[in-house]
Amino acid sequence: MAAKLILSMDGVVMQEYVLDKEHMNIGRKPHNDIVIDNLAVSGEHAAIVTILNDSFLEDLDSTNGTLVNGAAIKKHFLQNNDLIEIGKYKLKYLNDQKNQSIAADFEKTMVFRASSRIASVSPVKADSYEMTGRLKYTEPPQSVPADKLPELRQTDAVIPSQPVFVTSAEKEFGSQQAMGVIQLLTGPNAGKELELMKNLTTVGKTGLQVVVFTRRPRGYFITYVEGASYPNLNGKPMDDQPCQLNEHDIIELAGIKMEFYLKS
Amino acid sequence: MDIEQALEIVGQTHPGVVRTHNEDSVAYDASSGLVVLADGMGGHNAGEIASGITVSLITTEIKHDLESMRPEDRGEGGEDVGVMLLREKVQKANASIYNASQCQSQYSGMGTTVVAGLFYDNRLAVAHVGDSRMYRLRGEVFEAITRDHSLLQEQIDRGMLSQKEARLSKNKNLITRAVGVDPEVEIEIQVYAVQVGDIYLLCSDGLNDMVEDDEIGSTVQMLRANLQLMAKRLIEMANDNNGRDNVSVILIKINGEFAVPRGWLAKMLSWFKN
Repeated sequence: MAAKLILSMDGVVMQEYVLDKEHMNIGRKPHNDIVIDNLAVSGEHAAIVTILNDSFLEDLDSTNGTLVNGAAIKKHFLQNNDLIEIGKYKLKYLNDQKNQSIAADFEKTMVFRASSRIASVSPVKADSYEMTGRLKYTEPPQSVPADKLPELRQTDAVIPSQPVFVTSAEKEFGSQQAMGVIQLLTGPNAGKELELMKNLTTVGKTGLQVVVFTRRPRGYFITYVEGASYPNLNGKPMDDQPCQLNEHDIIELAGIKMEFYLKS
Repeated sequence: MDIEQALEIVGQTHPGVVRTHNEDSVAYDASSGLVVLADGMGGHNAGEIASGITVSLITTEIKHDLESMRPEDRGEGGEDVGVMLLREKVQKANASIYNASQCQSQYSGMGTTVVAGLFYDNRLAVAHVGDSRMYRLRGEVFEAITRDHSLLQEQIDRGMLSQKEARLSKNKNLITRAVGVDPEVEIEIQVYAVQVGDIYLLCSDGLNDMVEDDEIGSTVQMLRANLQLMAKRLIEMANDNNGRDNVSVILIKINGEFAVPRGWLAKMLSWFKN
């Protein structure tokens, strides 16, 4: 689904524009793709360059400038729900294609055929429009018929049978999951606590005995990293395999005893 | 030090949590100092075939050629023989995939990325096509030493996107070069000096699309004592982030120097050996 712009003024929707061209101009003069007939708008005010699923907004040195989400811009990489302001007019950018992290399931890696020509344009100084005008790709993701994409069907079949962590859930897991803590029970620092905030925390003495605590969606795990002997978990020596930690597990590492517990 | 002892290598590949089959292929051989990783694409099982052909062709042929050739020698045009071998084999893989896809309709459009490294004489030659990467940890600095042949990278190079913005792009997975889609392929090859203690990571985009570079870097740094665990943990991290794609890694740790002996006596001895 192509991205679009919704033009409105004072909350009244006036027009909807589909960004189906690589290059679209916004301005007061009638030859623009998006014409806003108002004296506060420059003849050629701004341009939108769309490359496949991404769109870029550029102010064309307009007299009164272009705002995105309240800030003046020269060039801006548009994100879903961005609000563009030109004079009293507002343009809402909608790109309801699911975020790439989800959509990419269905978009296999593809190759641009025109690469050699793009590559020959001198980098940095190359005009972006020139580049977009030359882009060709073998198959646009949207137009690949489902039967040509076996992965599509397999993915459909896999998702319901297997719980999958959604990106947003993963982002939140930091705040929702109880925090693991290691409390030292013996040694000179007895009583001290170490919060396992990061996804990865190594503990021990390099070369002597080191373990790593990993924080994962299913909980905390401990794994042996290095050292001549394995540390003890609840009195038994560990091996190379990760062990999931339960509350009040006792770890004996480099001669020091420590306890694992969860802090909510 | 013998190269086989100087290099510690670990490789792992996983289909990811969403896809059912694995189109990545990996291979390595410490005795010839060779590591190869490829990420295939194309319908049905064509992706696996393309990456499989590439990895097996490069490893078998380079291993074979190194029995009679020395990668550190200068070849035609003043290039290292090692560089020449990498270029020749990737080009050969390209031709064989391209021909297969022309002859059999079910394979049409198949292709693969590739990143291949050849270690010799305290050096590393890296050949790559597409968006599979090689990273290096040296001291505290973790960085990519290959640059993707992708639409996003070209946009970054042109200043249209920052690295940060690129993560927001909806145009992922579009590569500008691949092995096997055209009769000829442009291969990028760089040679780097290797230092003891360096760790090299080859990965398919299933890793770096799902896990930020910073986090990959800190994992490599923290677990540098245990490559096996490092590989496992990197794959877990991609899968914990809902690893949509196949994810593969090869890790190489440099445990010692592997310079070719250069004294007149050593030269004479090796001359007699051949």
